[in-house]
Amino acid sequence: MVHRYLPMTEQDKKDMLATIGVESVDELFSDIPESVRFQGLYDIKEAKSESALLKELKQLAAKNKDTESNVSFLGAGIYNHYKPVIVDHVISRSEFYTAYTPYQPEISQGELQAIFEFQTMIAELTGMDLANSSMYDGGTSLAEAGMLAAGHTRRKKLLVSDAIHPEYRDVVATYAYGQSIEIVAVPTNNGVTDIEKLKELIDDNTAAVMVQYPNFFGQIEDLQLIGDITHEAKGLFIVSSNPLALGILTPPGKLGADITVGDAQVFGIPESFGGPYCGYFATTTKLMRKVPGRLVGETVDQDGRRGYVLTLQAREQHIRREKATSNICSNQALLALAASVAMTALGKTGVQEMAKQNIVKTRYAKDAFEAAGFDVPFQGAHFNEIVVKTNKSVTEINKQLIQDGIIGGFDLGTVYPELQNHVLIAVTELRTKEEIDALVEKMGAYNA
Amino acid sequence: MHNENQSLIFELSKEGRVGYSLPELDVPDYELSDLLPQGFVREEAAELPEVAELDIMRHYTALSRRNHGVDSGFYPLGSCTMKYNPKINETSARLSGFANIHPLQDETTVQGAMELLYELQTSLVEITGMDEVTLQPAAGAHGEWTALMMIRAFHEANGEGHRNKVIVPDSAHGTNPASATVAGFDTITVKSNEDGLVDLDDLRRVVGEDTAALMLTNPNTLGLFEENILEMAEIIHGVGGKVYYDGANLNAVMSKARPGDMGFDCVHLNLHKTFTGPHGGGGPGSGPVGVKADLIPFLPKPVLVKKEDGTFHFDYNRPQSIGRVKPYYGNFGINVRAYTYIRTMGPEGLKAVTEYAVLNANYMMRRLEPYFDLPYNRHCKHEFVLSGRRQKKLGVRTLDIAKRLLDFGYHPPTIYFPLNVEEGMMIEPTETESKETLDAFCEAMIQIAKETEENPSIVQEAPHTTVISRLDETRAARTPVLRYTKVEA
Repeated sequence: MVHRYLPMTEQDKKDMLATIGVESVDELFSDIPESVRFQGLYDIKEAKSESALLKELKQLAAKNKDTESNVSFLGAGIYNHYKPVIVDHVISRSEFYTAYTPYQPEISQGELQAIFEFQTMIAELTGMDLANSSMYDGGTSLAEAGMLAAGHTRRKKLLVSDAIHPEYRDVVATYAYGQSIEIVAVPTNNGVTDIEKLKELIDDNTAAVMVQYPNFFGQIEDLQLIGDITHEAKGLFIVSSNPLALGILTPPGKLGADITVGDAQVFGIPESFGGPYCGYFATTTKLMRKVPGRLVGETVDQDGRRGYVLTLQAREQHIRREKATSNICSNQALLALAASVAMTALGKTGVQEMAKQNIVKTRYAKDAFEAAGFDVPFQGAHFNEIVVKTNKSVTEINKQLIQDGIIGGFDLGTVYPELQNHVLIAVTELRTKEEIDALVEKMGAYNA
Repeated sequence: MHNENQSLIFELSKEGRVGYSLPELDVPDYELSDLLPQGFVREEAAELPEVAELDIMRHYTALSRRNHGVDSGFYPLGSCTMKYNPKINETSARLSGFANIHPLQDETTVQGAMELLYELQTSLVEITGMDEVTLQPAAGAHGEWTALMMIRAFHEANGEGHRNKVIVPDSAHGTNPASATVAGFDTITVKSNEDGLVDLDDLRRVVGEDTAALMLTNPNTLGLFEENILEMAEIIHGVGGKVYYDGANLNAVMSKARPGDMGFDCVHLNLHKTFTGPHGGGGPGSGPVGVKADLIPFLPKPVLVKKEDGTFHFDYNRPQSIGRVKPYYGNFGINVRAYTYIRTMGPEGLKAVTEYAVLNANYMMRRLEPYFDLPYNRHCKHEFVLSGRRQKKLGVRTLDIAKRLLDFGYHPPTIYFPLNVEEGMMIEPTETESKETLDAFCEAMIQIAKETEENPSIVQEAPHTTVISRLDETRAARTPVLRYTKVEA
């Protein structure tokens, strides 16, 4: 078969078979027992030429309503943000994307240094001592934090705020089940974690308290208070945080967090229908040797030149096998690179300006909704999301909005029974005044 | 590669420079103190770099030149399947209708994406011989754990929650036992025999009523096909356990043998390996899991289904599901690439992929056999393992050989793995390399074998041509420096 990815010619094949000393390629498969040998060809679609396949895929892609040709107010953990154009140019350099884990540091200094810089930027934003090279996503990173806490404290209970992303909570529950760890939900009050309930629920078997900052409703939790309560009970304080918000908010590391996790999707990574994203995991020096995943450290070569290596590998699965702190092998290196480039492009002032624009534009949206007669039930400090109460079903309203080219907010009733007819509206720096006004106007019309 | 001292991006920073272009603020501005309570606003700014766009591009271009990828040169890293990453994949995954859709949009607005995922699922069902596939797991290790959680749920549903042992061959990758632990199982190791295959007698010895599953890679990490696979499956099924297929090496058997026909109950695939992910410098991956019918009720939520009217739907009504293993639906962008690849190759193409992968490995094995020890001398599949013990006697370790290969512009093989081979070198050429490339690599290996005899120091002191020499890993681990800290002038 002749194919552009298969360079062997018939003559090559002949010569190689002669070197091996067999008559045919089939002989090389003679160790596969006849009874399990697959006969013939897979029943899958026929191959297509490059141009024909691209045409087909473009048609498939065109069936989707994307956030480029529509105006999106959908967030709930994944956001439509400014992506500096340079990001895609950097991550398209194939020295990065066609490499694997940097096992050979002498020819992987580029990747290793990029990760070292990523670790530094995440540590800076979160205010933690250190960060790892990335995790699959924010949800699994939170779950790994919970597992670490249970192992470290030798306690078997996680207190999980209801104001954490529902899908993150689901993932934590699945991991916890595997490790026989109990999950206790901490209810909310007025859109933030209920402090009184937390005090009642926390006990001396609590491995960790988990909250989100800003939380799933866009509200900003009082980390200092929750951290103090957690530490009084000698548990670990785990914060899942949007790192963009940390451009402005006091970082969890300054408010008592032992582990801060989250997703760096907000930095230059497209929504991509759920992934790949870029989980991050940041913690204290005290917990350094229990961190899951890869860590890159600085060292020197034989001539004293600065260089970078994968380090503290005694934690990891390929050395520790069944005693490893986690089974994670791969990280999200390419996305960590994307996030690094975006964080670099934004830089010290840009990340503040962008974070502030999110708050200010969301504030504008909140005022506009209230002026149009909508109830905004949670009145605490917010980042880039607010909850708006509707009269009609959110799904129905959203079905009408999409006709106007607007992707509506997240229907909270689907996961919070007490929040039927409540929609979570995300307003990023990309939304214009005109777009926000249009949303409020249309929603007003469809809500009537 | 270039030998200059490489700055960190933070060291290029200069107050007042910017690399961004944010939209104009077109709504009324506020003071932060009017928006956030006291104490909520950070007092010290995060020290991100302040650099202009050209600084950024030059910096990362410089870093890229200090990095070796498949596009830079041959990368025969065993068990990692470092094949060519087709460029059409990068184009398809970036189509706006795929890259710019939100995972929580109404299903009616993302039918194209769901159709693609469904088609990929269906193709993988055929390729693995399983009954159903979930695309949720983010990577191979994540897939392993997902499948083990399903096995656990299956046993518990049958009132057999006492099954707490997972059997893993001594040649297995470390991820297997680690995944078993995370899923709440204990691991038992089963020995290999002198042919490098699982020792059936030892397997019979370790199984019992507490057996939950056997995890097996086939071909195994030595690149050898486990010929007794049916008997092994029988032994495990005989005691009520499940047989798990680690699909890391699927590139060796496509269109030749399917896990589902070999007696396996579940399988994970590494779409970033066999199906040209790409590897991304360490990720992202994608680790779908395929299962036989009796495990379907336990699949993670949601399950993507096709409705009678031809539309696609995420089904959450799965009372026996192990739950969610990842937010949303998996690494969609990688799944788009894998689907693009499968459609590029088609049925004939995938068969040819495996045939060339195996031909290439056997060819290299025979070319190198006179110069290095070959512990298991039989046809290999997509990879083979040499031992450097002959060279070790001359004072040259496998690590030295690996470092010397860097001077020839190659990424070395996987070394010191599997653990049951002394001074192991695991070589996986893949099907996308030409005979000229394979020959040139073999010549380099042969030259290194000769240098080992004639002038070992050139190997022992390698590499000689890289931007940096061997790094002090002990120092990195003893006094960890995991982030940059600004040195005040």
